[in-house]
Amino acid sequence: MNRKIIKQAFIKSLPVMAGYVVLGTGFGILLRTAGYGLCWALAMSVFIYAGSMQYVGVGLLSGGASILTTALTTFMVNARHLFYSISMVDRYKDAGKYKPYLIFALTDETYSLLFDGNAPDQKHATEYRFFVSLFNQCYWVTGSVLGSLLGAVLPFSTAGIEFSMTALFIASFTENWLSTGDHRPALTGLLATLLCLILFGPERFLIPAMLLITLALSVHSKRKDAAA
Amino acid sequence: MNSIGNISSMHAAILVAVMAVVTFLLRALPFLVFHKQTPPYISYLGRVLPPAIIGMLVIYCLKDVHVISAPHGIPELIAGLSVVGLQAWKRNSLISILAGTAIYMVLIRML
Repeated sequence: MNRKIIKQAFIKSLPVMAGYVVLGTGFGILLRTAGYGLCWALAMSVFIYAGSMQYVGVGLLSGGASILTTALTTFMVNARHLFYSISMVDRYKDAGKYKPYLIFALTDETYSLLFDGNAPDQKHATEYRFFVSLFNQCYWVTGSVLGSLLGAVLPFSTAGIEFSMTALFIASFTENWLSTGDHRPALTGLLATLLCLILFGPERFLIPAMLLITLALSVHSKRKDAAA
Repeated sequence: MNSIGNISSMHAAILVAVMAVVTFLLRALPFLVFHKQTPPYISYLGRVLPPAIIGMLVIYCLKDVHVISAPHGIPELIAGLSVVGLQAWKRNSLISILAGTAIYMVLIRML
């Protein structure tokens, strides 16, 4: 195995390291607070590996959700991954034995590192992407384990740590807002969801919101086509 | 049967498995369906949906905030605006998230 590629992948993954260790720790603490220990944190971070979904998952577990609710919520919260994958279809086409893991490990953060298609050496791009993905998951798992262990011994109350998920999304939203000129998709997401929350209440607004967002953006696309 | 909180550990294990399977299927589906050519409508959705979904998730996180009863969502408002302000200023998500969470944890103890 080429050590240079591993090193380049490690350097590329560094910005995610701090974020994943911290957010993973938050997840581990939260899960421990809900009554689920180390094995659960490890299992969830190894097999689910989806940051925001795992935070939401803590709520599903502690609320005693049904299988159907869990499946639907996972679908809604992670539906955006469909679109990450869509944009990686061509890039991962010839990834061979690495392909299943590359697909499994395509989280928001990994996507944000790899979506531009750049690689230091195009001949070994697949191995490079594999190691970036793998390093990221290692950080996430390390954080979760750390949080689970810390959650058991922390001398102070961790009430409010769950705001780290809210903060993550607000930061992503702001960053996206600042780096793009077209704010209509972002506004559509905010306003359509707010409308559905008011109409349907906090228990059942997510699915109508997703449908309304897709519909509103599709109508907009048709109009633009008609105008063009 | 062992139970944790509201549910048995068997039920909890099934929920974790469901989350894992659905998440993987969502990530894998486009590779199975569009292995030749991506239709323009799907490419369009791939471009505009991510920012809209992030907006949706922001609202989702704040869905249980009660504006009418005390503390009227003030901790969420101040901490949330701090995240926006820090992100606009430093453009570093880690700083924004850490500071915003710390501010929130202090505020809920004060208000």
